[in-house]
Amino acid sequence: MATYHKSNMLTDTPLSFCPGCTHGIAHKLIAEVLQELGQQGNVIGVAPVGCSVFAYKFFNCDMQEAAHGRAPAVATGIKRVHPDKVVFSYQGDGDLASIGLAEIMHAGLRGENITVVFINNAIYGMTGGQMAPTSLIGQKTTTSPFGRTVERQGNPIRMCEMLASQDGPAYLERVMLTDYANVLKAKRAIKKAFEYQIAGKGFSMVECLSTCPTNWHMTPVQACQHIKDNMTKIYPLGVFKDVGGAK
Amino acid sequence: MAKKLFKGNEALGEAAVLGGCRFFFGYPITPQTELSEYLSWRLYDVGGTFIQSESEVSAINMVYGAAGAGARALTSSSSPGISLKQEGISYIACAELPCVIVNMMRSGPGLGGIMPSQADYSQATKGGGHGDYRMLVYGPSTIQEAVDIMYNAFDKAEQYRIPVMILGDGMLGQLMEPVEFPPLKQMPDPSTKEWATTGTHYGKDRRIVNSLYIVASENEAVNIKLQAKYDLLRKNEVMCEEYMCEDADIIITAYGTVARICKSAVKALREKGIKTGLIRPITLFPFPTEVFHKYANSDKTKKFVTIELSTGQYNEDVLLSVMGKKPVEFYCRMGGSVMTVEEIVNKVKEVY
Amino acid sequence: MEQGIICAGFGGQGVLSLGKMIVYVAMEKGLHVTWLPSYGPEMRGGTANCSVVASTEEVASPLVSTPDCLIAMNRPSLDKFINDVVSGGMVLINSSLIDIKVDRKDINVYYIPANDLALQHANERSSNIVMYGAYAKLNGNIGSMDEFEKILIKQFGKSADKDKIISAFHAGYEEIKV
Repeated sequence: MATYHKSNMLTDTPLSFCPGCTHGIAHKLIAEVLQELGQQGNVIGVAPVGCSVFAYKFFNCDMQEAAHGRAPAVATGIKRVHPDKVVFSYQGDGDLASIGLAEIMHAGLRGENITVVFINNAIYGMTGGQMAPTSLIGQKTTTSPFGRTVERQGNPIRMCEMLASQDGPAYLERVMLTDYANVLKAKRAIKKAFEYQIAGKGFSMVECLSTCPTNWHMTPVQACQHIKDNMTKIYPLGVFKDVGGAK
Repeated sequence: MAKKLFKGNEALGEAAVLGGCRFFFGYPITPQTELSEYLSWRLYDVGGTFIQSESEVSAINMVYGAAGAGARALTSSSSPGISLKQEGISYIACAELPCVIVNMMRSGPGLGGIMPSQADYSQATKGGGHGDYRMLVYGPSTIQEAVDIMYNAFDKAEQYRIPVMILGDGMLGQLMEPVEFPPLKQMPDPSTKEWATTGTHYGKDRRIVNSLYIVASENEAVNIKLQAKYDLLRKNEVMCEEYMCEDADIIITAYGTVARICKSAVKALREKGIKTGLIRPITLFPFPTEVFHKYANSDKTKKFVTIELSTGQYNEDVLLSVMGKKPVEFYCRMGGSVMTVEEIVNKVKEVY
Repeated sequence: MEQGIICAGFGGQGVLSLGKMIVYVAMEKGLHVTWLPSYGPEMRGGTANCSVVASTEEVASPLVSTPDCLIAMNRPSLDKFINDVVSGGMVLINSSLIDIKVDRKDINVYYIPANDLALQHANERSSNIVMYGAYAKLNGNIGSMDEFEKILIKQFGKSADKDKIISAFHAGYEEIKV
């Protein structure tokens, strides 16, 4: 009988995420992909600031904890020292798309040979539900209590599209972590992203539309439905850049 | 080896390479840009990496990553850029990573000007970013001294696992002097660093570069460990020049290029029969407190005169070290104006 | 012996290289030297100057506030620094561009039509070389004519105009009648 084994790329430390949050799924996918690619003992990860700040406790590899938004710069420093190692950063939407916008854009423009897993749940979870750069128009948060409006808070930011408009990135895909089929798709995307890095093709990023039932004030099921019904309208799924076999 | 005429900024770049630096991350700013321009080609001679980052913020975080990965990484900037780096320096200090940072100070506050200043003294010597931390801070006064300090700066940074700052000013960066360079340093294998994230570790051996300690007691323990390290610096790393102090009635004190102007003033004053000396700290943190104690407690010393290009930031450390035992007079210029020898001579004559 | 020199002029007149060549001569002589340029906005057009110190002892201050020697390539530079020159000091004036006479009696003033001589022997850009020649004649303690010429050849040895430049140097040298 087949038994499930936790990936050896995860530690035994219990995850610190809320029930129904899809961060755990993203962690698991990264760990499984790295194990399947035989990368144990060949990886350096970079943790962000935000809900996934403790990522360094969960991934069973060398890890560096970066300042808020600076993970792509830290990953750049690491990768330039160890070009033969797999280097990834794991970042939320506040970290990557707000305070760290310059770092992610320029890492992409440099074609830094790193992989970024971007968790877009349209909210600041760690600090308790404030507006994110990716919050939807109309979304109520603790800092947009009447709902986000273009006039007051401006428009949501589309990272995959923005990076795809530039030369440099090798692979950009947006997935959602809502159900079995989509989680499998997400895993394939993350695997491809790491494979591209290992092949030396350059910058890769997978944006994962993720849930935050706690701060969205929804059940996990409602949260997944919200992604499908509302988030994908602003953040369509798909591959935005794929250099394929070419370097 | 024959001496070569070198600009301060470029000499620091060369000395960094000779001292084992292989990674530079930086953003252009006057008056230190020649350092990065120099390394943009020089590092490639030795198989190193140069990145002009998108900002000073990115630069210091690239240093964090590279240093955490075991490399000898350098960044340099001037005052406004160093302000931007402060967050990253605080992280580096707490994560106990070795790196070297050059600040060729210009005048502030704000965008200020580009002429020489020493107004980042407190920022450099008291920490600079958030939290209780220090750097090993050097204030060289000649290009040769800057070269010698830079050559060994990475050794010191790695010995204590701390950020080392070389605090110069626009004058030191732009000045040309003949320098003698030491030989290219043979580097130890970086993989021998028992804390570096090299990617080969997992399980209980895996390495974490981190500055987050959410439990108060754990964070306090980290702070205690850091403070013990700073005490070691105070014990072992103080460097100071005492120039003609033995018989001096008046002791001028200054650091960096300003101390050179003071040295000319000491000579001029002695020609006029005023016995003057100079205390010139070479390390600004740790501060040469005991040197000041010695002269503050000496019957010979009548007065101290502090000279600086800031409004008493350096003098605060002097006052703390003199402990009220002797009067301390003060003279400064600000905003990029530099005092002349004559101004210092006049100040000393006025208080003599 | 310690000599503080200020070389000053418009950006593009070669005052920084002029200072640097003097430094090289003094270095060859085994003297301690420093060279400090004005930098920043002043580098991009406008005026430029550098402080040079050559000394038998280690140089303390590299800032020259009271020069023993002023080389003024244009009128604003002369006006800016003339009153700072020490009593007994020397001033070399580019009389091609400066049409006034200095009225200080306590200093030695030399008028050299640097632009005219440069045009005559090489090109307009060589006015600093003419002044270098004049400085060489007046400062045997820094180096002999051959030593100054050696540094010049080091700098311009590969230039197509090498011979003309050397000729401009000699024109400056001969212009000073001691």
